[in-house]
Amino acid sequence: MAIDQISVFVENSVGRLAEVTAVLGDAGIDMRAMCIADTTDFGILRVIVSNPNRAIEILKAAGCVVSVTQVLAVSIPDTPGSLSRVIGILSDSGISVEYAYAFITRKKGNAYVIFRVENNEQAEEILAGNGVKTADTSELYEL
Amino acid sequence: MSYYQPEIECASREKIRELQSERLVRTVKRVYDDVAYYRKMMDGQGVKPSDIRSVDDLYKLPFLTKDDLRDCYPYGLLAVPLSDVVRIQSTSGTTGKRVVAFYTQRDIDMWDECCARAIVAAGGDKNDVVHVSYGYGLFTGGPGLNGGSHKVGSMTLPMSSGNTDRQIQFMCDLGSTILCCTPSYAAFLAETIINQGVLDQIKLKAGIFGAEAWSEEMRRDIEARMRIKAYDIYGLTEIAGPGVSFECSEQTGMHVNEDSFIAETIDPETGEVLPDGTKGELVFTCINKDAFPLLRYRTRDICVLSRKECSCGRTLVKMSRLMGRSDDMLIIRGVNVFPSQIETVLLNCGLTSNYQIIVDRVNYTDTFEVQVEVTPEMFSDTVKKISTREDELVTSMRAMLGISPKVTLVAPRSIARSEGKAVRVIDRRKI
Repeated sequence: MAIDQISVFVENSVGRLAEVTAVLGDAGIDMRAMCIADTTDFGILRVIVSNPNRAIEILKAAGCVVSVTQVLAVSIPDTPGSLSRVIGILSDSGISVEYAYAFITRKKGNAYVIFRVENNEQAEEILAGNGVKTADTSELYEL
Repeated sequence: MSYYQPEIECASREKIRELQSERLVRTVKRVYDDVAYYRKMMDGQGVKPSDIRSVDDLYKLPFLTKDDLRDCYPYGLLAVPLSDVVRIQSTSGTTGKRVVAFYTQRDIDMWDECCARAIVAAGGDKNDVVHVSYGYGLFTGGPGLNGGSHKVGSMTLPMSSGNTDRQIQFMCDLGSTILCCTPSYAAFLAETIINQGVLDQIKLKAGIFGAEAWSEEMRRDIEARMRIKAYDIYGLTEIAGPGVSFECSEQTGMHVNEDSFIAETIDPETGEVLPDGTKGELVFTCINKDAFPLLRYRTRDICVLSRKECSCGRTLVKMSRLMGRSDDMLIIRGVNVFPSQIETVLLNCGLTSNYQIIVDRVNYTDTFEVQVEVTPEMFSDTVKKISTREDELVTSMRAMLGISPKVTLVAPRSIARSEGKAVRVIDRRKI
């Protein structure tokens, strides 16, 4: 099942990232995962948070430009080679990954990889067929 | 001292006045009879052709502005049958509709003669090799100097702009002696020639540089580096093109070709005509053109007129270096850019019109950046999608303006506003 990822436009200037993350922190929004894509002019902050709807609301109120994207969170064992295995399954099926980022959890021995693909359902089906689980919202938020 | 047409360039003031009066009266009568728009404008002002008996009556005529040109686009101000027109030239308009100017063969000949006077004033004759690096095409720069060089009888190199290595190769191989281009391109060429170590193979003696504002320091710098004399030239498509006025050996302003164009300076606020020596907006009346003889056209260029005696012997009125604009038009790399054009592109692309234009000059070359406040429609979670949208914006702006800006996305509400009004242009060029 796909989950909501929030992307925030971050201008390339000193202090801008601090401002954006402070908006989330001040509102008590807990980040599960984050990554930043950077270009010469701007960055895109991508976050998975505990309460996406509220996060979007307060970011918009703070004047940020945000977009919500459905991404896949894949649970994998925190062992060498397991990321490669999952990506291999996707590429063998001709699914290209726009971007991905990973995080480990407090739950011992487990990691999550966030995948951005064109067609979530198709990717999910292929992963499931290979015995790879995708996490749902509640599972992620309970971490 | 050499002149192309000394009988006009050095005529007595009385003779010039006489010629101007006769041509003005004839032109006003003709456009009143043949062009509905002029008739309507003059009737609105209560002026009849019979009220215009000499140049002293010029002030009675209404002004024409770029807005009139837009309203009349394309044929509304054409004063001859289309069958008599042999050429158009064009420049950008305020909101994307371009300004189109028409020429009969006689108009082209007159314009070429104006440019020929400029080339001779810069020391040119039939033995020269005139290297024209202004753009050719709709832009008047290339065609104007090209025609002038033909009239003088010089060998003309129709190089057009760009491809700097080829420009320098031809300069060396064919022995170009007079260079015609924008001052910023001249500075860039000078630098490249020096870097390539070929200065000794260059035979240039003079340059005729126009289509953008430049400073006296920049002139001295180009002169020293290229070992040439650099002359200013002025013009605008609406009136003819380059050669409306040109500089002489004295290099203290440009002589207006007064047998074809009457120059006035006015107070941009009140429209009141100002005496010589007072800074004001330049207004031109075409009195020697068939197809597109604009009357009292407001150029929006600010300068000073002077009828003081000139050491070159010419009696034609001199206009100073341009001192600015009375509107928001920018000249970037020789191209006219209106902020409203940027706004039009943004709105056409479904974006809000929160933008800022930042112009600077680095190594004598204009830099042109448009900062756009990002909107949710423009934004995406992937860099690729945003880049594609940025590229589309650059392409649309290029189509509208003729030059490409660098588009930079900035945070919403980050563009400085003063008293609630956005600052649209930051021009950091020190000219």
